[in-house]
Amino acid sequence: MIKLADYNLKLALKNIRRTPVLSALMVAAIGIGIGMCMSMVTVNYRFSLDPIPQKSDVLHFVQIDTWSADFPFNEGESLPNQVTYRDAKALMSAKKAHRQAMMSRAALAVEPPGRDERPFFVEVRATTADFFPMFDVPMLYGSGWTEAEDIAAEQVVVLSAETNERVFGGEDSVGRTLRMSGADYRVVGVMEEWNPSPRFYDPTGGAFSDSEDAYIPWELVVTKELPRSGNTNCWRPLEGDGLQAFLNSECIWIQLWVELRNADERAEYEDFLDAYATTQKDLGRMPRPLDTRATPVTPMLQEMGLIPEEAQVLLGLSVMFLVVCLLNTIGLLLAKFLGKATEIGTRRALGASRGVLFQQYLVEAGLIGFCGGILGLGLAWLGLEGIKAQFPSEQDAVERVMVLDWNMAFVAVALAIVASLVTAIYPTWRACSIQPAAYLKAN
Amino acid sequence: MLTMHNITKTFRTVTVQTNALRDFSLRIDEGDFVAITGPSGSGKTTFLNIAGLLETFDGGIYELDGQSVAQLKDAQLSKLRNEKIGFIFQNFNLIPDLSIFDNVDVPLRYRGFNAAERKRRIEDALQRVGLGGRKDHLPSQLSGGQQQRAGIARALAGEPRFLLADEPTGNLDSQMAAGVLDLLEEINQQGTTIIMVTHDPELAKRAKREVKMRDGLVQPAEKMQAA
Repeated sequence: MIKLADYNLKLALKNIRRTPVLSALMVAAIGIGIGMCMSMVTVNYRFSLDPIPQKSDVLHFVQIDTWSADFPFNEGESLPNQVTYRDAKALMSAKKAHRQAMMSRAALAVEPPGRDERPFFVEVRATTADFFPMFDVPMLYGSGWTEAEDIAAEQVVVLSAETNERVFGGEDSVGRTLRMSGADYRVVGVMEEWNPSPRFYDPTGGAFSDSEDAYIPWELVVTKELPRSGNTNCWRPLEGDGLQAFLNSECIWIQLWVELRNADERAEYEDFLDAYATTQKDLGRMPRPLDTRATPVTPMLQEMGLIPEEAQVLLGLSVMFLVVCLLNTIGLLLAKFLGKATEIGTRRALGASRGVLFQQYLVEAGLIGFCGGILGLGLAWLGLEGIKAQFPSEQDAVERVMVLDWNMAFVAVALAIVASLVTAIYPTWRACSIQPAAYLKAN
Repeated sequence: MLTMHNITKTFRTVTVQTNALRDFSLRIDEGDFVAITGPSGSGKTTFLNIAGLLETFDGGIYELDGQSVAQLKDAQLSKLRNEKIGFIFQNFNLIPDLSIFDNVDVPLRYRGFNAAERKRRIEDALQRVGLGGRKDHLPSQLSGGQQQRAGIARALAGEPRFLLADEPTGNLDSQMAAGVLDLLEEINQQGTTIIMVTHDPELAKRAKREVKMRDGLVQPAEKMQAA
């Protein structure tokens, strides 16, 4: 049968040329179905990619149920997605994890060194020293800061590649000074382009937003009273005014991550979290039932609902649409193959077994599927461009997500071929099952 | 040698049962040229289809070159058909979008010959039927007589032991028919066994032997020669 492969391919090409309209209809049906399906598969695939595959099982997002006794956080669908200042400081100072980082967002105004340049706002992540090694942040120049600089609340900064380009023209700016919101910061590092997708480390700020423009020691948020720009949730009013009242409150506004290298470290840390929460309950805090978690990246992304439900619904609809297209293709293939009953009868008389003919027509169906797959790729690309056009304000993030990469291109073509072959089984079986004698005389 | 012994074949629909062959027995020897004649519905074509392994039968014994075919599977029957039997059809049954060369190539592809061997056989067969210069033509570019010659070339290219012809001149005018018949006689003289189904008594006379059929049976005159 393998000897017939080139012959079958030649016949398939001839047959497709012989019935161009019917073949084009089938290619179009498969192409449209695949195109729509692959657009949605791509969106879901990009949403569900592991953003840090080399460490996603050792990085853990810390959650504690500190919410009100009367109503649960997020209507009980998930635990609070951030922690209070008091809890963050207490857990950090216990140093029970291999690495740990607390973080929140701030907004500062950069005052460029050139006199003619105008200040501009930057998104800042205030975090602790372990942030950089924990998340494998790639550095272009220099490095992150040290724990000692954290404790001393040193005015140091790590810049994104884009900010370094904008302020320092892309040069090695380590050691130089950057003035932000009236204070001087010493540049200690410049990151390479780093935009994990989804932006897993902060589940409160848009899963597909860009990473921040600059990174500073977390303590500066307190010592310099920097303006916070992140998400803050409180279930009870502050007891007093000012920063200290806020820091002592039950408001959650800090994300806490720990690196736990194995199951033992994880179990130990979970015990520690429970013990800490129990102590706090004894002190009259955390009125809800004890619930603490240290969740690895992938389940954390699922729990936080970072994959939009709409994308999954659309995926289901697009798969159903593909099925409808394939059902149409079955009808078209049936018409095409049964229209060749005389040729099939002749070939049977000349020595072709049913198996040989089955193979021949499957090659033809596979070729139609391949063409449909290529068309589908083009339509999927158009579909993704259409989706991108719906989100003009989030162009950068959408550009990163709505990408038809080689994996998806391969999947599209393979899916089209497999779908065509499956679709062709019934029409081919019917065509190959005809009684040749009935057609040889009736021509 | 082709032998059939007490072959029966019945076609059934919901309302009708037709006994196409009833205890049909016949022996055809190597090098024979047999004309199968009889009125419409006498079972000629059914016999030819069974002989050509295109149709199964309900009972009896059919041996082709000493091999019983009743228990063979589709792939085995196809191989046997490809190697031992050539078909000539009334309607030629050339594949319209293949050139004459490629039409003759069809059975050779299924035989698994290499390209050089196929080319040699195709060119020999086309020369033999006088179409050496028409190999690149499409069937629609040939006359009816030429198309039938191409059909004969296709049947001959595999060098079969048996040539089964179903009304080979039925769609040709008398001049073209005479030419085709001359060609069949020539092929028979070179050793190929020919079994030809025809209505035409004049055509049947050109065969070495005539088997008359009626109601699925061989007529008594032929019974003496039956197996």
